[in-house]
Order: sequence, then structure tokens, then C-alpha cells
Amino acid sequence: MKCQKCKVNDATTHIKRIVNGKYTEYILCADCAHEMGFDNVFDTSMPDMFGGLLTSIFGAALPSRSQATRCPVCSSTYGDIKNTGKVGCASCYDIFLQELLPSIKGIHGNTQHCGKVSEGVCSEVNASEQKSTELTVEELKAELQNAIKEQNFELAAELRDKIKEREGA
Amino acid sequence: MGESVVISSRIRLARNLREYPFPCRLDEQGRLEVLEKIKKAVEGLSEEFIFVNMEDLPEYGAVSMVERHLISPEFAKPLAGRALAVSKDESISIMINEEDHLRIQVIKSGAALKEAYEIADKIDRELDAALSFAYDKKLGYLTQCPTNLGTGMRASFMMHLCALSESRTVQRIATNLTKLGFVIRGTYGEGSEYSGALYQISNQITLGISEESAIDNLMSICEQLSNSELQTREKLMESMEYQDRLSRSMGILMTARLISHQEAMRLLSNVRVGICEGIIEDISLNTIDKLMIIIQPASLMSIEGKKLTPQERDIARAKLIKNSLR
Repeated sequence: MKCQKCKVNDATTHIKRIVNGKYTEYILCADCAHEMGFDNVFDTSMPDMFGGLLTSIFGAALPSRSQATRCPVCSSTYGDIKNTGKVGCASCYDIFLQELLPSIKGIHGNTQHCGKVSEGVCSEVNASEQKSTELTVEELKAELQNAIKEQNFELAAELRDKIKEREGA
Repeated sequence: MGESVVISSRIRLARNLREYPFPCRLDEQGRLEVLEKIKKAVEGLSEEFIFVNMEDLPEYGAVSMVERHLISPEFAKPLAGRALAVSKDESISIMINEEDHLRIQVIKSGAALKEAYEIADKIDRELDAALSFAYDKKLGYLTQCPTNLGTGMRASFMMHLCALSESRTVQRIATNLTKLGFVIRGTYGEGSEYSGALYQISNQITLGISEESAIDNLMSICEQLSNSELQTREKLMESMEYQDRLSRSMGILMTARLISHQEAMRLLSNVRVGICEGIIEDISLNTIDKLMIIIQPASLMSIEGKKLTPQERDIARAKLIKNSLR
């Protein structure tokens, strides 16, 4: 059988593809297959065609423990999220927060929201904000030491900035 | 910052209901439940909305909504439980069960980003009170894709950068803008050549920056872009060849019997500059901006109310342009 594209060489590659529910079939020679980007279909070292794009967003920050952990609300695993680039529900952000944080930081350069506050949590947040402003610089420094001891460097950096800000003021 | 460069301003907020999984984890039953809840809440708003079930639309009807920027291309695919709530003047639209449960969008013509945000903000607050959105103190509004976390807000300007595109400066600007956390991309384009020189510039970062700062930053970038576009236009206008090209474009649009989308966009873009620079008279910018939207393939078919072959479209397009410019 001849290649359906160049109609010269013998066909050696048979590709069946379904994209968005649309089925396409190609019968190609090696050269045309290469030209159309189908040469590495069986090369398992290549990242998965669809997940690959998104995996790069979510990096390699996948500790083995959460591989089997499922979100109790939507039953997503961190693997599902990594492969699709889609988070399943609000509580996924609770359960997989530690795994997601590095990628969130990668996307936004930041991990702390500072915009509009949802009405429902408005009062709650005000209360906790008041509490945090009540902490003295000394208390913040003690917390900083604790954070360093626990190797929670993200919290440490936040506290360091707070102390600087307070001392500057 | 005049309407000679800025065509429209748009705000889009991504929101989700707290007690339901995001759309990627919802089955049809779930989507219908979410739709029912949101519909009820939207009906309680002070603004009046029309609901459109995406399943009920012919394909060109849905695509023409994409062309009018009412919905995203992804949303145009028919799926049970997907619906659009749209205000009468089409300036406010709410996509239900797109990538997130709700995408609230407000479009205003000209440079009116703050006004657009105020409207979106008001609708958001009213809907939040009725629906209770997924929100976290640390991560802000929770969204299906982490790229929208935080404010969930995408703000954008549609700009006519004819001269900057002509002098090939847009590409260089695009690279620099990316470093600052903004994206600029051509609309209505095929490949890297954008026939109408219409560009959309938007913020990319939504977490760690407030809505106000994001809007202020975008406005200041937009102003700089506008100024440099106007300066470049001034330089181009010194050449008689350029002036001639603008005037001839008008001539072709007024006389053509067949015109492709791409050619029409290129010529309308020239005419738009001609109007701004005062060498083409008696036509408003608004007429041109409207034409740029309705001469798109699916929009033409929506106007005619039936499917058209490419040649029938080129004929209908030429007629529509001629009548509007007369």
C-alpha cells in the first residue's frame, strides 16, 4: 500500500487519532509520518501528549504519599490534577496545598491573595487580621525562630518581611 | 487615551460555587443542578438577563457569539448544562459551566476598564451573597485552573495598533510585556499576521495583586502603547504613499462586490486610521468597529439566518460594508 500523503513510498505507519470526538486515520510512509510529527508514537520517554503541557506547570513536586491520597469531595488524586492541569474542587486546594504551592508560586510569583475578600468570609478575616496586628515585633521574632527550626521557610520569609515592615514603620 | 486606539475594555471574573466540584469533575446531573442554582440567583439581580442554552443553538449561532466576544471558543461546543446569561445590550454576559461554574464578563467600548470593573464587582457581590463562592483566605477565589487563583480577574483592552504592527514593533513589545506579567495577542488573526491589527492586552497574574493595582498597571501600559501608536501613525502620515493607501482602502470597500474576511479587515483597519487622522470624513469610528465584528463568517450567517458558502459570504460581506459606509 502506498502512503496516502506522498503517494510514492510504501506505507509503514498506520495512525488512528480521535481529537474532540473526531476520528481521523492516516496511512503514511516513514518520511511523511516524521513530517507530521508521528515518528515517536511509541517512544515512552516522551511526555504524554496532552498531560505533558500541564505537567510542566505542576513540575515534579509530587511526593509519593499523595499519589494514593484522594480528595474526599471529588475523589481527585494529585496525579489527576497534575495530568489534566485542572483542580477538581475547592477542597482539593486544602488537601493538596503543599503539592500545589510550588506550581502556584511558579505561575504567579506569589502565594498570598491580596485582593477582594469574599463577603461570606469578610467578618472572619477581619477578626484574624486584627489578631495578627496585635502580635508584637518580639512575638513575631519568636515565631520566626520557630518557623526556621521547623524549616518552614515560606512562613519564615513572610514573618521576616512583616518584622522588617513593622521595624521600618 | 482616546478611542482612536482603544476599542473596548473588558473584565472577566472566574467564580465557583463552594459546595460543588469544579466543572471538570461534574457530570451532566451536577451541571444541571449548578445551572439551576445560578439561574435562580441571576434572576434575582437588578439587571435583566436573557438565558441561552448552548445546546439549543445552531453551530454558527454559537460561533457568532465567540466572534462578538460574548463567550469563549471552548464554551461554543454544545454540552448539557451549559448556558449563557446575557444582558439586553450584550455588555454583560455570564457563562455558566464553562471552565469555572461562572465567568462574569463586562465589556465597555473605549477605555473604560474601571467602569467595567465596577459593574462586574457589583454583580459579583450580589451573586456571592446568594450563591456563596469558593474562597480561601490564602489563595483567594478558588478556580479550576490555578492560573486564575486569587482575584480570578482577567482585565483586557482591545487595541487597534495599526502603525505599531506595520512597523513590526508589536513583537518586540510583546516580549517585554510578558516579562512584566502581561500578554498581548492578536485577535481575528491567522498565524502571526493579524489582518485587522486588533490586539488584546491583558494581565496574566491574578494572585498577590489586588484588582485595583492590576487595573492601574494595565491602564498605564495601555496609555504608553496608545501614545507610541499615535506617534508612529504621525510619522507614517508624513508619506503620501501611506495617505494614498488609506484613501484607496475606502475606495475598494465602497465598490467591491466580493470581499474576503481578511481583505476586509485589512482595509477597514486602514480606513479606521484614515478617520482618526482626518483624511476620511463622515464615517464614525463606531461604524467601523461594529463592521469589524459583524463581517466575520458566523456573524454574517447569523444576520442572514442560514448557512452560507464562502462565496455567498464574500458577497454578503461586500454588500453589508457598502451599505454601512454609504
